[in-house]
Amino acid sequence: MEMIELNIDNKVVSVEKGTTILKAAHKVGIDIPTLCHMELHNMNIENKPGSCRVCVVEVDGRRNLAPACVTEVAAGMVVNTHTARVLNARKTIVELLISDHPYDCLVCAKSGNCELQSIAHKFGIRRIHFKGEKSTYRRDTSPSIIRDVDKCIMCRRCEMMCNEVQTVGALSAVNRGFISVVAPAFEMDLEHSPCTYCGQCVSVCPTGALTEVDSTNKVLLALMDKSKTVVVQTAPSVRAALGEEFGLPAGTLVTGKMVAALRSMGFKYVFDTDFAADLTIMEEGTELLGRLKAQLAGESNAKLPILTSCCPGWVNFMEHNFPDLLHIPSTAKSPQQMFGAIAKSYFADQIGVKRQDMVVVSVMPCLAKKYECQRDEFKVDGNPDVDFSMTTRELADFIKQSNIDFLNLPDEDFDNPLGESTGAGVIFGNTGGVIEAACRTAYELYTGKKLDVIEFESLRGIEGIRSAKLDFDGLTLNIGIAHGLSNARKLLDEVRAGKSKYHAIEIMACTGGCIAGGGQPYHHGNSEILRRRRDAIYTEDEGKTIRKSHENPYILKLYKDFLGQPCGHKSHELLHTVYYDKSKDEVTIHHD
Amino acid sequence: MVPKLICDDDMVDIYTPTTSDKDSLKVTIKLSVEKINTINRICASFGNNPEELINVLHETQNTLGYLPAEVQEIIAHNLKISAAQVYGVVTFYSYFTMVPRGDYPISVCMGTACYVRGAEKILEELKKELKIGIGETTPDQRFSISCLRCVGACGLAPVLMVGEKVYGRVAPDDVRKILEEYKNDNDEEYKCQQL
Repeated sequence: MEMIELNIDNKVVSVEKGTTILKAAHKVGIDIPTLCHMELHNMNIENKPGSCRVCVVEVDGRRNLAPACVTEVAAGMVVNTHTARVLNARKTIVELLISDHPYDCLVCAKSGNCELQSIAHKFGIRRIHFKGEKSTYRRDTSPSIIRDVDKCIMCRRCEMMCNEVQTVGALSAVNRGFISVVAPAFEMDLEHSPCTYCGQCVSVCPTGALTEVDSTNKVLLALMDKSKTVVVQTAPSVRAALGEEFGLPAGTLVTGKMVAALRSMGFKYVFDTDFAADLTIMEEGTELLGRLKAQLAGESNAKLPILTSCCPGWVNFMEHNFPDLLHIPSTAKSPQQMFGAIAKSYFADQIGVKRQDMVVVSVMPCLAKKYECQRDEFKVDGNPDVDFSMTTRELADFIKQSNIDFLNLPDEDFDNPLGESTGAGVIFGNTGGVIEAACRTAYELYTGKKLDVIEFESLRGIEGIRSAKLDFDGLTLNIGIAHGLSNARKLLDEVRAGKSKYHAIEIMACTGGCIAGGGQPYHHGNSEILRRRRDAIYTEDEGKTIRKSHENPYILKLYKDFLGQPCGHKSHELLHTVYYDKSKDEVTIHHD
Repeated sequence: MVPKLICDDDMVDIYTPTTSDKDSLKVTIKLSVEKINTINRICASFGNNPEELINVLHETQNTLGYLPAEVQEIIAHNLKISAAQVYGVVTFYSYFTMVPRGDYPISVCMGTACYVRGAEKILEELKKELKIGIGETTPDQRFSISCLRCVGACGLAPVLMVGEKVYGRVAPDDVRKILEEYKNDNDEEYKCQQL
């Protein structure tokens, strides 16, 4: 590889040919400010439209300023990143952006996490010299995501996520010039577009243009209502990221403090979605073995590969894009919905509370879960199994509102019976985790032997598509894993073409899995944060005494006392679902 | 008794599903099989290649007269790109139109030469006479107005086109007279093929 030497701020830098000035500067500890540019290292995610011009630098011998994010280095280049000319230009650019931006930072949902706000602060902007027209657009609210396009700075990060990383194609820049906005086709509302609510657009939006629907007030009202028994469940990934909102380093596990906080906020029972994850494994694992045995017995309708169905963003994607394959995914509900169904039947009966007097709240790293809990098939007589789904971010704000000194809370344990979980339930938060958990159980159930090594290292990693061959006592099982919906699409295209070699495929909508979900604390393009969360999840698993779902004593008791057999009659009624063809939601073709 | 929260009533973000709206918002494709085949043929002639999107849109608009949402959906489907991306391109270029052009599409040149010689006044006169704006079509589908940049007849500035016919050195007073030529005209020559 050809190396190029150049000078940035009087420092000599040597980098590979083709490197941008931005990255070359970063190498010698010079952080050139950016707004539209965002890169998640090792994840193949980069947005560099070169549109915001905040990263401009002065290059000797060049007449105009150069945008560092898209200008490649040249031999002998002399770059200055903070001359008066550069600083003036940057300030002017940011002032111009702000001049067409609402001045409502004090009441904006993104305040404190807004990259435009922090860059304005960093540049010491105290006055906007430009007065002019402001572009305005209607506010669009969907079950999960709010679009407030007035706050959009056209960085195009959301568009990149939606089209390149997720291949969902809900968002695109439309119109031209001052009236240009990022919008769905024909400027319809997000709800009517092919949006899957994966929330990856929200997780990268630098401003308050894309945010989640806030359920905090509804949960607070439920907690105030003395006639209601409010039960909360927390997803595996929340404990690995919540601490970041309180200043803890990424990857700090705060399970015990989170439980203590929820209890002190007034939730009557603090339970764990991990319990329902164990339950999912029992159902999904049994379904996998059933289909596998059918195939081995030579049945033609064996429906393999089986696809995991824990991720509601992925389920939405499949319903929109692969309506011909709806018979392939596991029929098991997601852990969130399994939890709700069990809480409002088995557990409500146990404590003698009527279904309509119980409120189930979930804390999720996810925005699609907000939509999922509103789906009609997850309601009984109009009463939803899960009433409200909050994000990790909303929970953090709620804890702060409740005057809780989070960092000094003592560790507390989840309540029983729906709070006990195994390490298998925990790793659901990472890409590869669901299928690893399923294999821990499926292996032992299928072979009747104990696993020597519980960790399936071959299933772990960060590659977008991974595959592994597992030896089930002589039977070779082909496992596929995809995260990020563009990768899922590739595996699904193979299935559609009849060319898939897999017996089982795990799919998660978000790159990295739930740890990088749309409801997690903002990573601001720092993929190191995601790596640490991932490690934290595996650490939590290692610390568990029980690490296989089928050994969870409360799961066994649930089957003995209430459900009967996995995939049995009662399970089918409560824990399984059906999928719908949504491809026709946007377009109906009438031939006349 | 459950207390009320202050922000409760004016919370704009309380989501309420709107089933009836949802139905009316659906893009319903009502094109005839023949038209759908025409679009499919155009896409195929460019190898269904997404990089040929602009050419496909040009050809489709030339054939059908305009590019309604239904047509864009079919093109998106054939080229395997999202409808949002097709719509993005259609709305970016002023040449593309989502409303049917009139039988006699009128284009006013707003290039530099025409502009300095009073194109704007001609445009105003046209808008006043036809009671429509730029990019709009009269209710009787007869006329539509659009603007373009230079037809290469700067010597004749200001220039106005009706269909393919060029009118040069147009004065605001001429506008009514030009329109009269087409008002009772049954000549099919200039008519664009309509959906």
